[in-house]
Amino acid sequence: MSATPRIVEVRRNVLKHNDQIAAALRLRFEAAGVFVASLVSSPGSGKTAFLEKTLTLLKEKGYRPAAVVGDLATDNDAARLARSQAPVKQITTGTLCHLEAAMIEKAIDGWNLNELDFLFIENVGNLVCPSSYDLGENIRLVLLSVTEGEDKPLKYPTIFNSADLAIVTKIDLAEAVEFDHTAARSNIQSVRPGMAMLELSSKTGQGMAAWMELLASRQSR
Amino acid sequence: MHELSIAMSLLDVAEEEVERRGGAQVEAIYLRLGPLAGVVKEALLSAYELAREATPFAASRLVIEEVPIVVFCAKCDAERSVKSPQDFCCVECDTPSSKLIHGRELELAALEIIE
Repeated sequence: MSATPRIVEVRRNVLKHNDQIAAALRLRFEAAGVFVASLVSSPGSGKTAFLEKTLTLLKEKGYRPAAVVGDLATDNDAARLARSQAPVKQITTGTLCHLEAAMIEKAIDGWNLNELDFLFIENVGNLVCPSSYDLGENIRLVLLSVTEGEDKPLKYPTIFNSADLAIVTKIDLAEAVEFDHTAARSNIQSVRPGMAMLELSSKTGQGMAAWMELLASRQSR
Repeated sequence: MHELSIAMSLLDVAEEEVERRGGAQVEAIYLRLGPLAGVVKEALLSAYELAREATPFAASRLVIEEVPIVVFCAKCDAERSVKSPQDFCCVECDTPSSKLIHGRELELAALEIIE
């Protein structure tokens, strides 16, 4: 037996276990005809208000949406979302700063996916950690509120790069905070060329119609 | 900070790999890390020191190779680096591109072992 070390090639994804669960979830969602969107943003950018409005509007249109919400410590968000009458599950992560695919698998246990059209996954408010974890979603939304400043995409390029759609929220406050729409769009495009963007207000409903159209186009049944 | 979770996942994958090979003493773990993996190199190195304690990897080193961002540039019809993570344009011709080829790697590349 030789005591000389040798290097063996492995080439395996470190998050392989998470990715396998996410891939299995994606197959289950597809088989059941559920369109899945996850949401990431800083704390306070309006994820829950946006989701509450989205669930309510989808219910009005006769769709069957549901939501899974990650939060560090409280179930306040789930309580707010439950007002829409859509099924809502809370994942309390404790000190964990992000959701993982296994948590989604556990959260949806007991739900009949065939009775759903849309599933929204609200990640923990954090622009760093959630970027590494596939949750089995079809699209990842990154939210940016006008009160956060136009340069957020440049400060957190990784999360913006991992997202499919950028949503600028609280657009009703844009004038008050002198939000520079052009700079925001330019910064988003700079970190993720070609990324689709929507500007909207969950409070006034401005811009929500375009978001509803996008969702309807992805859910054909 | 999720680097501790990442370090523990890394050790799980490494352990699986060692078992698959029928056991070995691991001297070093080689990781390939892209700038868009969402993992901070220094934080991961510190987290690794914690995660390896009381495991078969307690004496092992973590060696991180940083992988640059590479996109496919349609204008050059070639793989190119980008100017920066904040400026996803081809370094040669300044054309924006989102066709990512490298940059998200978080990969156990190799193990240095004594069998």
